[in-house]
Amino acid sequence: MKLIRNSLDKVAPLFHKGGKLERLFPVYEALDTFLYTPGEVTAGASHVRDGMDLKRMMITVVFALLPCVYMACWNTGYQANLAIQSTVASGTEISQIVANGGWRLAVLHIVGFDLQAGPSLLFNLIHGALYFVPAFLVTNIVGGTWEVLFCCIRKHELNEGFLVTGLLFPLVLPPTTPLWQVALGISFGVVLGKEVFGGTGKNFLNPALTARAFLYFAYPSQIIGDKVWVALDGYTGPTILTTMGSQRSVLPGGGTFKAVIGPEQLNISWLDAFMGWIPGSMGETSALACLLGAFFLILTGVGSWRIMSGVLIGSMGMATMLHGIGSSTNAVFQIPAHWHLVIGGLAFGLVFMATDPVSASMTETGKWIYGILIGVMTMIIRVLNPAFPEGIMLAILFGNVFAPIIDFVVVQQNIRRRMARNAA
Amino acid sequence: MEHYLSLFVKSVFPENLALAFFLGMCTFLALSKNVKTAFSLGIAVTVIQGITVPVNNLIFRYLLQPGALAWLSPELSEQDLGFVGLISYIAVIAAMVQILEMALDRYFPALYNTLGIFLPLITVNCAILGGTLLMVERNMTFADSVVFGWGSGFGWAMAIVVLAGIREKLKYSDVPAGLRGLGITFITVGLMALAFQSFSGIKL
Repeated sequence: MKLIRNSLDKVAPLFHKGGKLERLFPVYEALDTFLYTPGEVTAGASHVRDGMDLKRMMITVVFALLPCVYMACWNTGYQANLAIQSTVASGTEISQIVANGGWRLAVLHIVGFDLQAGPSLLFNLIHGALYFVPAFLVTNIVGGTWEVLFCCIRKHELNEGFLVTGLLFPLVLPPTTPLWQVALGISFGVVLGKEVFGGTGKNFLNPALTARAFLYFAYPSQIIGDKVWVALDGYTGPTILTTMGSQRSVLPGGGTFKAVIGPEQLNISWLDAFMGWIPGSMGETSALACLLGAFFLILTGVGSWRIMSGVLIGSMGMATMLHGIGSSTNAVFQIPAHWHLVIGGLAFGLVFMATDPVSASMTETGKWIYGILIGVMTMIIRVLNPAFPEGIMLAILFGNVFAPIIDFVVVQQNIRRRMARNAA
Repeated sequence: MEHYLSLFVKSVFPENLALAFFLGMCTFLALSKNVKTAFSLGIAVTVIQGITVPVNNLIFRYLLQPGALAWLSPELSEQDLGFVGLISYIAVIAAMVQILEMALDRYFPALYNTLGIFLPLITVNCAILGGTLLMVERNMTFADSVVFGWGSGFGWAMAIVVLAGIREKLKYSDVPAGLRGLGITFITVGLMALAFQSFSGIKL
């Protein structure tokens, strides 16, 4: 420890004013304060003595995301391995799958995994990591470069906020997203979603979601559809939502839904969906991992339980209502509320995206309204809008847009109430 | 009833004049610095829109559309006065704006002063004329046009109030010098439109 401190102190003059590398000061500062407690204290009159600063807050979110990262690696690999197994069972030669499967399968083959044997824990994890880690690295290298560039030119601090964005973004991507799209998306998210407003804390949209939405509208065929959710080239592994959305006939009494999740189509039980053993975006499938993250965030006070409850109440209420109304033409109406919670990205968005303290409402009452708005919008987009099978991402962006005005109204109400109280 | 409800929702969200059609941009960008002004302008536009669209609908249906004059005398049933369409709609809008302006000047002088030059400019606000032209293009009935007028006006008002909320928050942002003012507002509106994309595709 002493050694690192000394070497950091030794190079410090180079980065301070007048030093040779003055322009790169934010990089030095970030590395220093990442490893050690910052040396500066506030000079003005107000002091808050609390260890809970921006750095610790952001790192807490990163820790809360770890179960999702684990599930992302495991499930991506698991789905791909299942797909390989079923392709082998249908009579395709293993060497042909390896030849078509790209570099990842070639690596696994060379390292000595028996591709025919089907899923095992280690094999799943490594196979999934071969998809997740490149996307994660590209996100962080490209996004980080933009971040450093802006920090050095605009002379503001480089902080841990980007670690969260850089971890959230690969988690909400389908496993088959090409890496150049990952780079393009995160560039849009970081530059136009955050840095043009002045960096962390000054933007009004969640940068990771902005990046995802950009890819969603720019390259719809690579980010929705049936072929993107399982990491095996050309293999069709639809999610429950896309399958339900494509149903053309509606059976009475929820029959279509039972047929879709039942043995004849996807063969998924509620528990499977809760655990996350279903095709989907890399980190979004497991409601259990999100639940662990939620506990951690609420326990540490980093994530707002008001927003989470708001989204939960809004989405479950709306889903129950739509389920009750039913429809004779739209099969998505038949998905019951408790299923809505475990499929798609609702749980992930609810826990990690909606609670982003920068883009959410700041007032306590506002947080409830904001949460409920997102929940209701999610269900409206999922169920009523045939163009998008998934809704949580756009619903949160929609909530972000409305958050400042919700705060404004809440604050004005408060002022009015206190004026009335004091006048009396 | 369901038809009118869905028409209203459609004109507020999926076909929002400001964020889906990008109409009325100059006032939208110029007067969205604070929520209170934006709110009053929003009300002014909603009122104007809510009155002019139905009035223009009557003019279109009974005077201008091909064969509209048949109710006067059978000889006129061949007449098509469509070529004076634009000028008549603008005349109606201008007259409405004048009346609103006088009313504001008399009863809400503070608001009249804040809105300033932008109040008479509502006359040439493309959201207003756009609303009327969309109504003509879709050949709406009178009842439809009432709902559409108020709905689209309300949608535009909501969009500008929301933008003003965001811009009040962005006061604390550290925007690069070259982008300050209108530049960042354009980017903001673009990102808002991205979020409003969530409604595109909803069939009502």
